[in-house]
Amino acid sequence: MNATAAGSATSRLETLPPPDGPLAIRLVDVETALLGRPVLNGVTLDIPARRITVIVGLSGAGKSVILRHMIGLTRPDRGQVLVDGVDINLLSRKGLYALRDRWGVMFQTGALFESMTVFDNVAFPLREKTDLGEEEIRGKVERLLALVGLPGTGETYPDELSGGMVRRVALARAMVMDPEIIFFDEPTTGLDPIIRNSILRLVCDTWRENPFTMVMVSHDIPEVFNWCHHLVVVRAGKIAAAGPTASVLASEDPFVRQLLAGDSAGPIRLL
Amino acid sequence: MIESEAMEKFFERIGTYALRRIDLLGRTGLFLLGSIAQCFVPPYRPRRIVEQIHFVGVKSLFVIILTASFTGMVLAIQGFHTLRKFGAEGLLGSVVALSLIRELGPVLTALMVIGRAGSAMTAEIGILRIGGVIMALDSMAIEPRKYLVSPRLVGAVVSVPLLTLIFIVVGILGGGVVGVGLLGVNLGDYFGRMEESVEFADIAGGLWKSFAFAILIGWVCTWKGYNTQRGAKGVGSATTSAVVVSSVLVLVGDYILTSVLL
Repeated sequence: MNATAAGSATSRLETLPPPDGPLAIRLVDVETALLGRPVLNGVTLDIPARRITVIVGLSGAGKSVILRHMIGLTRPDRGQVLVDGVDINLLSRKGLYALRDRWGVMFQTGALFESMTVFDNVAFPLREKTDLGEEEIRGKVERLLALVGLPGTGETYPDELSGGMVRRVALARAMVMDPEIIFFDEPTTGLDPIIRNSILRLVCDTWRENPFTMVMVSHDIPEVFNWCHHLVVVRAGKIAAAGPTASVLASEDPFVRQLLAGDSAGPIRLL
Repeated sequence: MIESEAMEKFFERIGTYALRRIDLLGRTGLFLLGSIAQCFVPPYRPRRIVEQIHFVGVKSLFVIILTASFTGMVLAIQGFHTLRKFGAEGLLGSVVALSLIRELGPVLTALMVIGRAGSAMTAEIGILRIGGVIMALDSMAIEPRKYLVSPRLVGAVVSVPLLTLIFIVVGILGGGVVGVGLLGVNLGDYFGRMEESVEFADIAGGLWKSFAFAILIGWVCTWKGYNTQRGAKGVGSATTSAVVVSSVLVLVGDYILTSVLL
């Protein structure tokens, strides 16, 4: 275990509320195979409401697939994904969309419209989903762009921005509908350490300002330990450990210990 | 024993192939029906439809006028030399008009729209697919087919018949310029015989064809884009495939519709 990271995490977590309370999402015994290959094998997982949950694991372990199940983009072969006690896989498209209206999603690449300006990208859900006037939309979008550290960039296009700025725009878009839950699918992959940390800090600061439920798939070990409340470790389609960050960091499981410490010695053999 | 196993494998392959084709046909059919249904689901965004009419229709106008002019001119030259053998040069207007109204207008307009707008539809939707935007739309509770496919279908259905009419009119005028201006056909004969020989059923048939081709173009080109895979190369393949498949289907559809309408 990285002692510095663990120590830093403990000191920071003491300032945050304890990670207990109502559940936002519950996965019960979820099993999924993609192209005949099992990807999730009996995943049971609780996501606490109004807390930051980070899902970590090796590449191909099934982290993003878990996230997609939570959003309802992938349907499991078996098991349930419960939101407000309702299995979202039993919902009609209309019912699922009603649920997604309460969520925001930030994808790995940003998934912005390249043909639209930054302003139009962020305003897109408001224009499509609400009857707000242009003045109100302008006020809200400019406020959010300032919040993500991009004031005055509204008229630029995504291909004129750096990778980090694109992710910030995507974060602003994910927040524009005042969601109850925000999902992040590897929001910092491929970014340099400074921009990566600034994005992670932004996520953390955003939570402090508006304590949404946040679920993030990340490879940013050990940075995320500093501020996530809840940590989930995925191993080969199964949950290896899940719970409050401090308790997962204290896990005795050799796989979890090796992954979280980033050691080359241990049960994980990649080469 | 070995022969029967080989036969079994052979038929198994044929069966698998046939089942895949039927499955594909079913999925493409559901895609079209779902996209048409989304046209009637609120909220209605007329601006997006107008954008597509502008993209498919207005922006194709130049190429349609250019193609139509030269098609009409060539028809006039070919028709004149053929008709002269029978001393029937006066029928040139009828030949040009009927050829354009029944066949060349709808077919060439469709082929031009495929090349100019259909390929762009596929590429644009394909890039959105590989950029994760279609998934993002879905996750934002915005039905991707309603946002991306339905306006393009409506745009094509409105624009292609109008472009066909423009093609026919410009083609007839182009034929007139060559026939009357260069080959010496009487102006009154050119337009008078045309009026005598062209019936409403001919125009209606041409418009029915262009309407069918519009749906075909919208369907194939959006489907190919919507199901693009494997990055930039996939976008290229999808675009090529969309152009080839829709062009072939327009020609096959033309034969079927001509058989039915005549």
